[in-house]
Amino acid sequence: MRDITLGQYYPSNGILHRLDPRIKVLLLIGVIVLIFCTFNFFALGVAALLVATSVILSKVPIKLYLKSMKAIIIVILITSLLNLFYGTGEPLWSFWIFKITKDGIENSIYVTVRIISLVMVSSSLTFTTSPTDLTDALERLMKPLSFFKVKTHEIAMMMTIALRFVPTLLEETDKIMSAQKARGADMESGNLIKRIKALIPILIPLFVSAFRRAYELAMAMECRCYQGGEGRTRMKQLHLSARDFVALFVFVVAVAGVVLCNIFL
Amino acid sequence: MNFIEAEHLSFYYEQEDEQQNTQKLVLRDVSLSVKKGEFLAVIGHNGSGKSTLSKHMNAILLPTGGRMYVDGIDTSDEERIYEVRRKVGLVLQNPDNQLVASIVEEDVAFGPENLGVEPEEIRRRVDKSLKAVDMYEYRLHAPHKLSGGQKQRIAIAGILAMEPDCIVLDEPTAMLDPKGREEVISAVTKLNKEQGITVVIITHNMEETVNCDRVVVMDKGKILTQGTPREVFSQVQLIRSHQLDVPQATELCSMLVSVGLSLVQLPLDTQECIDALSEVLL
Repeated sequence: MRDITLGQYYPSNGILHRLDPRIKVLLLIGVIVLIFCTFNFFALGVAALLVATSVILSKVPIKLYLKSMKAIIIVILITSLLNLFYGTGEPLWSFWIFKITKDGIENSIYVTVRIISLVMVSSSLTFTTSPTDLTDALERLMKPLSFFKVKTHEIAMMMTIALRFVPTLLEETDKIMSAQKARGADMESGNLIKRIKALIPILIPLFVSAFRRAYELAMAMECRCYQGGEGRTRMKQLHLSARDFVALFVFVVAVAGVVLCNIFL
Repeated sequence: MNFIEAEHLSFYYEQEDEQQNTQKLVLRDVSLSVKKGEFLAVIGHNGSGKSTLSKHMNAILLPTGGRMYVDGIDTSDEERIYEVRRKVGLVLQNPDNQLVASIVEEDVAFGPENLGVEPEEIRRRVDKSLKAVDMYEYRLHAPHKLSGGQKQRIAIAGILAMEPDCIVLDEPTAMLDPKGREEVISAVTKLNKEQGITVVIITHNMEETVNCDRVVVMDKGKILTQGTPREVFSQVQLIRSHQLDVPQATELCSMLVSVGLSLVQLPLDTQECIDALSEVLL
């Protein structure tokens, strides 16, 4: 439980790792939109090709990608089956209330490829970007929102602290569980309600300790002259480099490809 | 004026009971001065006010009576509060609760980032501070995978990166194992000797105080006695009568003295103890 890695970052020196995290976040959003704007198989193929390129360039073992697919395989199966049987038009095959149409087959292929692409491309972002880089990128990308009185620095600070304390609190949960077991708490037997009730003696000490930690952390931050986002500088500066523009260019080409396929094919 | 100057400092908490408000006096008329470059230890048992005193030194708490000056600045002056905190850094007891970021070097950068230091300068300070506590090779690690002593040294580096004149450590070794304790104490001693940083260490562990310039003993919110470690620990009876310990070597020899052994002076550490005893016994 202790070795949990949030966001499943996989350290490596691939080209995707070295891209500016801001560009990566923006491209992810772009690619997701692109995947849903494919209206025929050729356009879908172009989008899938783009996703495959990013998976290959990430230099992350394909096994990890398959692992992240495992969690949603049920979702894919159910949605593709539903799409398969709910198609309209001339039935190719029918049995009782089930009928399969050409339309249904096409729809289920669309849905399957889209979901797989979505998971793959999102994983390629989380595999190649460390959680700190990710929050950093989000803080900078949200900056324009501060015009609308959104507290962007505070949101990013909360995310940083949350990420920092996830392993600490997990460790603490472990300790409290052992302590309660040593006092004879039974957490593994009984029905669902009984088990949820058994969690209360774990959650209460955890909450109390989390508040105590928060209080101390606030004091430690004050000791280090924290005064909010105003007048704050950052050690890590983000600079756009040539490879970021290359990535943008590749994306623009893919968008053009999808648009052309949608119109002409 | 000395670097840190407490003048008749007193402090109380408001305690709200069901019927009445009572004031709990934690510090009573404490006057203390710390010279620049000094290595000062404050000892005292729980509730003696030593921790409260340390929090006054960087304006986390403000005196309810008397005055506290840091480098000539009155800590009650709200406009200069961050100036005080930049000059005097406070390291707390639990290293887990004072690290902010999930990468070591980013945590060390937190202080100077708050001060609005230029990025290149932050980089330089972070590297320098991490090297000063021998944690440079861990700069890209995640804090939660380090040992307690390593985490506490990161916390010290985080304070150091603000380039303070003085570091106050509030029981920095209380949650550490002996190895971590040793690491932290030697890192702090090095900072004091090599960079001339003033150090005030609050501690339970008498062994940690024997190499200090001066020891202040607190009891019930007052200063009981102060002086060099030798002066303080030679008053074994006084120290013991306030439920405090003296270093083990001192205790051993004071017991031997009480049964008739004659020693020139009471030793403070193991080596002195060996020397003193071998002189008498051999």
